[in-house]
Amino acid sequence: MDNLTLKTTNTWCPGCGNFFIFNALKKAIAKKKKENIVLVTGIGCHAKMADYININSFYGLHGRAIPVAQGIKAGNNNLSVICSSGDGDSFNEGISHLIHAAKRNNNITVIIHDNHNFALTVKQFTSTSPKGFKGSSTPYGSIEDPINPIELMIASGATFVARGYAPKVDHLADIIDKAIEHNGFSFVQVLQPCVTWFNTYQDYNKRVTEYYGPSNDKSKAIELAYEEKLPIGVFYKKNKPSFEDLLLDKNAK
Amino acid sequence: MQKEYSIIVGGAAGLGSKKAGNIIAQLFSNLGYNIYVYEDYQSLIKGGHNFSLIRASSKPVAAIRERVDFVLALDEPTAKLHFNQLKDKNSIVYNADKFSFKYGIPVLAGQITKEYGGIDIMQNTALVGAFAKVIGLDWAYAKKVFKKEFSVSTELNINIAQSAYKSSKTLISIPKISNKIYPILSGNQAIAMGALAAGLEAYVAYPMTPATGILNYLSLVDNITVFQSENEIAAANTVMGFSFAGKRAMTGTSGGGFALMNEAIALSGQSETPLVIVDGQRMGPSTGVPTYNSQSDLLHVLSAGPGDFERFVVAPGDANEAFYYSALAIDIAWKYQLPSIIITDKDLCEGTYSCDLEYKSSIKSKLWNGKGEYLRYQNTKDGVSPMAFPGNVKAVVKGTSYEHDEFGVSVEDSKKIKEMQDKRSKKYREFHKEVSKLKGVNVYGNKKSKTAVIAWGSVKGSAIEMAEKLNIKLIQPVILSPFPKKQILKAINGVDKLILLELSNSGQMAKLLSCNGINVTKKVLKYDGRPFTIDQLIKIK
Repeated sequence: MDNLTLKTTNTWCPGCGNFFIFNALKKAIAKKKKENIVLVTGIGCHAKMADYININSFYGLHGRAIPVAQGIKAGNNNLSVICSSGDGDSFNEGISHLIHAAKRNNNITVIIHDNHNFALTVKQFTSTSPKGFKGSSTPYGSIEDPINPIELMIASGATFVARGYAPKVDHLADIIDKAIEHNGFSFVQVLQPCVTWFNTYQDYNKRVTEYYGPSNDKSKAIELAYEEKLPIGVFYKKNKPSFEDLLLDKNAK
Repeated sequence: MQKEYSIIVGGAAGLGSKKAGNIIAQLFSNLGYNIYVYEDYQSLIKGGHNFSLIRASSKPVAAIRERVDFVLALDEPTAKLHFNQLKDKNSIVYNADKFSFKYGIPVLAGQITKEYGGIDIMQNTALVGAFAKVIGLDWAYAKKVFKKEFSVSTELNINIAQSAYKSSKTLISIPKISNKIYPILSGNQAIAMGALAAGLEAYVAYPMTPATGILNYLSLVDNITVFQSENEIAAANTVMGFSFAGKRAMTGTSGGGFALMNEAIALSGQSETPLVIVDGQRMGPSTGVPTYNSQSDLLHVLSAGPGDFERFVVAPGDANEAFYYSALAIDIAWKYQLPSIIITDKDLCEGTYSCDLEYKSSIKSKLWNGKGEYLRYQNTKDGVSPMAFPGNVKAVVKGTSYEHDEFGVSVEDSKKIKEMQDKRSKKYREFHKEVSKLKGVNVYGNKKSKTAVIAWGSVKGSAIEMAEKLNIKLIQPVILSPFPKKQILKAINGVDKLILLELSNSGQMAKLLSCNGINVTKKVLKYDGRPFTIDQLIKIK
C-alpha cells in the first residue's frame, strides 16, 4: 500500500469507477508537497475518498464542498485545494456554487465524479442522467434532458475545462495534475461508470477517444463536448488572474 | 437633572435625511452629549418617508421619546406626519422651496443650493446649516463639524450650510456639557470592530437588511479578506473553510438567510470547526417587513441545525455590548470549536450610539504541540481536541461532517459513535463551566424592587429608562446559550412580579425562561416593527 492510502475499510462496490479516480488523484499528487494539499468532498460515493486518502481533507455537506474549498484557498493561498464532488453533489444540490466558483475563477480544482445518478441513495436520476433514465424515482424514465457539464462550465467562465475517463488512469492523472497546476478555476468531468446502477463501461470503452487540446476557442470546445465519440482531454484553457490573485492584491491596498 | 433633546429629520428616500441625521448627531456629540439615533426607513430606493430620530442627552441613552424638540422637514409629508410630536409648534425647520407651512422656520434650501451650484440632495445641508443657528451654535464650531462630515464636495457643502445658517434664527442655546467626547457608531460598526478586536481575518456574506452594514463596513478595512458570496449557504460554508485553514472568519445575515445557514451550523457542531454568525433580526415571518424590527428569531437561533450539539449565543443590548460580545463570541467559538451566534436586531444594527469600547480576554484556542501523530478529534481529558491546520508538515488534518474516529475517518460502529458523542459532551461541560463564569445577565434599576422587567437586545435601551423612572428592576440576559440559569435565578431572587418586554407576537424569551423553570407574570409585546418608546413603557402597570 502506498503512503497516500489509509488503512481504512473501502466500501465502494467492486468494480466501482471511483477506484480509478482515486488512483489517478494519488498519482497526480504523488510528487507534490502532501502537507499543502487539501481535499474537500461533498456527500455521495465520491466523497468516501476523504476516508481513504491520507492527506488533509474536509468531508463537508452535500453540494457544499466548493464554498468550503473556496474558504480554505482564500484563507491560505499556499494550499492546493482539490474539490471532489459528484454529479448529484455539484450539478444538482450545489450547482449555484459550481457556477459562481467558475465565474469567480477561484484557484481551486473541481473533479466531478460523474456517474450520472445518485448512487448512494440507490439510483435516482441527476442533472447529468440521460433522458429516459430509469431510476427508483423515475420508474418510467426521466423526462428531463441532461445538462452538459463542459458546456455549462465554459459558459460560466471556468478557465480550465477538461474531461477524463475513469479507467484511463494515466490520462486522468495527467489531466488532474494540469488542473492543479492551472492558476484559476479548473474543472474536470470524469466519466465514471457506476457498476451497480448505471454500468457504462462497455459503451464508454467503445466511444471514448483521447483528444489532445486544449483549445482557447469556446465554441469549438462546446462542440467537442457534444460529440458522440466522447472526446477526453483538456477542452478549454485560458490564462487570466485568479480570484485569489485579485483578492490578495485588493487586501494589500 | 437630565438635559436632553430629541430631533426628527425626515424626507423621502433620496433626499438625504440619514446623512442630515448623522451630522446633527455629530453637532451634539462634539458638545459632550450622549447620542442615540433611531433610523426609520422603508424598503425602497426613492420616495416613501424616511426619518432619523436623534436623541442627545447628558446621560447615556439608547431609546427614543415620543415628543421631540425639533423637526427638520426635507419635504411636506415629514412636516405633516411629525408636527404633532413637537413640544413647541414653532420648532420646525422646513424646506420652504418645497412647501409652505404655517409655523416654524422656513429655509430656502432649493434656492441656496442652486445659487452655489450644488445638486438637489445638498438641500439637506442647507437645513442642517439653518438648524445649527436655531440651536445657537456658533458658526466656527458648526463649520468644524461640517468639514469633518463632508469628505466629498467639502467647500460647496460648507458654503451652502453657511448661507442657510445666516438666513436662519436662534430659538435656544445648546450648552456644551462635557469635554469627554465619545465616538458615535452604529451597532453594525460595533459588531465589526468587536470581531476585529478578536482577530477577525475574513468576512463573507450575502447582503441582507439589517446586517448588510457589517459587510459594507468591513469591505473598507485593510488587511482582512472580505467578499460577497452567491448566497448564505455559501457564506457559512466558506467561513467553515477559512476556519479549517486556521483563519478567524465570520458571516452575517437576517432571519431568512440564517435559515439557509442551518445545515452549516450543524456541520460546525459535528466537525468541531468554529463558525461565527451574526443574525440581525427583522420583522418576520419570512420576508416580513425587511426594514423594521422584531425579536422573533430567538427560538430559531437557539435550535437551528439538525442533531445534538451546543452553541454559544449572545444577545448584546447596545453598541458597547455589541463590540464586547462579538469579540467574545469569536474567542469562545475558537476555544471550544463550535458555532457562535450573535443575535441582534434591526434597531441595534442600524441605530447609532455613543460608545466606550473595551474588550480584554485571556480566552485562547488550544493548538497542537506537534508531538506524535496528529489526531484532529483526539479524545482529551477536557474533550477539547488541539487544532492544527493544513500546511503543517507533521499533521494530516481531517475535518468531517460524518461521525468519526479520533483521526477523522467516518465510523458507524456503535461503540465508536458513542465515544465521540461523549467526547463532545465532555467539551460541552468545560464550555458550560467557563461560560457560567462570564457575565451573562445584567441587572439595572432598583435592585431591591419586587417588580422586575426582563428585556434583551435593543429593548434594553428603553427598558433601562423605564426601570429608573418606575424605580423597578431590569434584568437583561445577554448570554442566551448556554442559558445562564444561575445568574437569572440570582437576579429574580425576591421578585414577585416578572414582566417580559419583547418585540414579538408570542414572547419567545418567556418560552426560553419557562424551559428553565422560570415563569413570567406578564408579557408586554410589540409587533408592529417599531421600537418601544419610553413613554409607552412607563405606563405599564
